[in-house]
Amino acid sequence: MEILVCVKRVPDTAENEIVVNGKGTDIERGDLVYSVNEWDNYAVEEAIQIRDRVGGSVTVVTVGDGDSEEILRREMAMGADKGILLSDDAFNGSDGRGIASILKSEIEKGKYDLILTGAQADDGAAQVGGMLAAMLDMPYASLVNKIETGSGNTIGIGREIEGGNQEMSEIDLPCVLSIQTGINEPRYVGIRGIRKVASVEIPVHGAGDLGIAAGSVGAAGAKVKRVDYFVPPAGEGAEILEGSSDEIAEKLIELLKSKGGIK
Amino acid sequence: MTQPIFAYITHKNGVADDSALELIVAAKKIDPSAPVTAIVCGDGAELDAVCTAMAAVYPEVWKVSSPALAYPNAEVVRGVLVNLLPAGAVTLAPHDTFGMDLSPGLSVKLNAAFVPDVVGIEGVDGVTLKAVRQEFGGQVSTHIHCDMASGVVLNIRSGVFQADDSKASGAVVDKSGQAGDCKAKRRFIEVVAAEVGDVDITKSDVLVSVGRGIEEQENISIAQELADAIGAVVSCSRPIVDAKWLEKARQVGTSGKTVKPKVYIALGISGSFQHMGGLKGNPFIVAINKNSKAPIFQVADIGVVLDLLEFVPELTEKIKEMK
Ligand SMILES: Cc1cc2nc3c(=O)[nH]c(=O)nc-3n(C[C@H](O)[C@H](O)[C@H](O)COP(=O)(O)OP(=O)(O)OC[C@H]3O[C@@H](n4cnc5c(N)ncnc54)[C@H](O)[C@@H]3O)c2cc1C
Repeated sequence: MEILVCVKRVPDTAENEIVVNGKGTDIERGDLVYSVNEWDNYAVEEAIQIRDRVGGSVTVVTVGDGDSEEILRREMAMGADKGILLSDDAFNGSDGRGIASILKSEIEKGKYDLILTGAQADDGAAQVGGMLAAMLDMPYASLVNKIETGSGNTIGIGREIEGGNQEMSEIDLPCVLSIQTGINEPRYVGIRGIRKVASVEIPVHGAGDLGIAAGSVGAAGAKVKRVDYFVPPAGEGAEILEGSSDEIAEKLIELLKSKGGIK
Repeated sequence: MTQPIFAYITHKNGVADDSALELIVAAKKIDPSAPVTAIVCGDGAELDAVCTAMAAVYPEVWKVSSPALAYPNAEVVRGVLVNLLPAGAVTLAPHDTFGMDLSPGLSVKLNAAFVPDVVGIEGVDGVTLKAVRQEFGGQVSTHIHCDMASGVVLNIRSGVFQADDSKASGAVVDKSGQAGDCKAKRRFIEVVAAEVGDVDITKSDVLVSVGRGIEEQENISIAQELADAIGAVVSCSRPIVDAKWLEKARQVGTSGKTVKPKVYIALGISGSFQHMGGLKGNPFIVAINKNSKAPIFQVADIGVVLDLLEFVPELTEKIKEMK
C-alpha cells in the first residue's frame, strides 16, 4: 500500500506557555519549543504499521518553511521511507483550504492508496483532511481510531464518536483518513535514529513545481484570514490562592471541607 | 444581508441534539432578520418527531427522508446537502464528531469558505463575516475575517451560544425528492459501545482528575493517594488514556464520560473544551496547574498556581495529619 501522511510542525503546548506579542499580530515565537503535531505522530505510526503488515511505502509531507525539514526527518527516523517539503513564499498566509490545495497538487503527482492526516493541529481546526478528500474526490473519514486492512479495494475503519463509542464502517480505497490520538502507541525516536536519516535528501517543491498559480494560495487566495491574536479579558475566573504552599494547602483544605470534598 | 441561512440538525432516537437550539442563536448573530431553515435528514418516525420539534423553533424545516439516512453517515449527508443548498448559502453545523466529518469537505464542494470551531460571531460587514476562534488548546483567541461572498460553512462549538426562547410555527417541507441517490464510498456498519471499566467515575461525588501535567505514569500514585485521603475517585483527561496509564472508562470529556460530581480537583489539566464538555452540573472546581494562564483557571472556582508534583503530596500529608 502506498501511504502518504501529511504532518505539521507546531509549538508544543505541553512545553510552552503561549503568549500574544505586544501588537497582537502573532504569538511570541522566540523561545518556543516546536515538535510534530501530536495527532500526526499517531498517523505516521499507523502508516508504518500498515506498511510493515501489507508492504508498500510511507511518505511524509509537510507545507512549511525550511525549519519544517526537521520534523520530516523525525518521522523518517520513526520509519517513514521518504519526506517531501512543500515550501514557497507564495504559500505564506494560506488558509486551511490553501494548505489542502497545495497538498492536493503534490498528491496528484504521485499515486497513493491511503492518505492520512492528524485529526487536528495547533489551531484546532480539523479541516485539512476533509478538504483534501473533497478536492481529490475521495471518500473521507475523520477521527479514525482503528484501521483494518484486508485484501481488495476496501478497508475497515473505526471512528471515535461522542462518549468514546466507535463507529465502524467500510471505506473504498483510495481514501483520506484523519487519525485520532490513542489509535496506537507511537514509537520512541532516539538521537541515533535521527542521525541515521540526517543526510537523506528531502526534495523541496515550490509553487512552480506543483503547477500552482500565484494568488490561488497564500494570503492572496485566502477567504479566511486571522486578523489578530488576543487573550479575552478574564471573566469571573478562579480565585487564586496566595501564600506559601503550606498556607495554600491549609486554605484549600478548609474550602474542600466546606464543599463536601473531604470525606 | 441576503444570503439564506441553514442549520444542520443532528439527532438521535428521535430527539434533536442540544446544538439544534444553539445554532439558531448563532444564526441570529449573523443576521437577526434572516429566516433560518433547519435541515433534518433521517428516516421513519424518528425523523418526523425531530421535524415536528424543529418546526416549533425554526420558521422552516427541510425534511430529507431515506433509509440510507437512518444512521448519520457524513459522506452520504454531504452529497444530499450539495444537492439541496442554494449558491451562497450560510450553513451552520455543530463542531462535534459529525460536524468535523461533514463540514470541511462540504465547504469545498459548495465552493464556500469554512470556519471551524466558532466560539463567537461579531457580525457581518458587507460580505465579511467576523468571527472568533481559539488556538493552542484555548490558550489564545483570534479574530477571523471570512469572505462569505460565495457562501460559508460554520462549525459552531457547543455550549457557547446559549439556547434562547426562539419560537416558530414553521412549515415542514419534504425535500427528499431532490436529495439525490444517497450513495457514498463509505458504508456504515455498526456502533460499538465504549468499554465498561472497573470503576464508574460517574457515581462519585468527588473526583481527583489527572492530566498531562502528571508527567510520568509513576506519578499517578500522587493523585491516587490524595483521592484515598479524601474519599474520592481518580479520573483523567484524554492524554492519560492515550498513553495507556489509566483505562478509557476513567476519561472525562466529550469522547469519554460525562460526570456530575460535587467537587472536581483537576491536577495538571489545561481545560480544553473537549475535556470541560464532560463536566456537568456546575461542580466546585479546584485547578492545580503551574501555568497561571491555563484556560482552566477561567472556569475553575479555586486556583493553585504551583507544581503539582510538589504541592499535591504536601496537601495529602496535611489531610492525613488532620484526620
Ligand atoms: C474529537 C476530540 C475529542 C476529544 N475528547 C477529549 C475528552 O473526552 N477528554 C479530554 O480530556 N480531552 C479530549 N480531547 C483532547 C483535548 O483536545 C486536549 O488535547 C486534552 O484535553 C488535553 O489534556 P490535558 O489538559 O491533560 O493536557 P495539556 O493540554 O497538555 O495540559 C497539561 C497541563 O498541565 C500543566 N502542567 C504541566 N506540568 C505541570 C506540573 N508539574 N504541575 C502542575 N501543572 C502542570 C500545564 O501547564 C498544562 O496546562 C479531544 C480532542 C479531540 C480532537
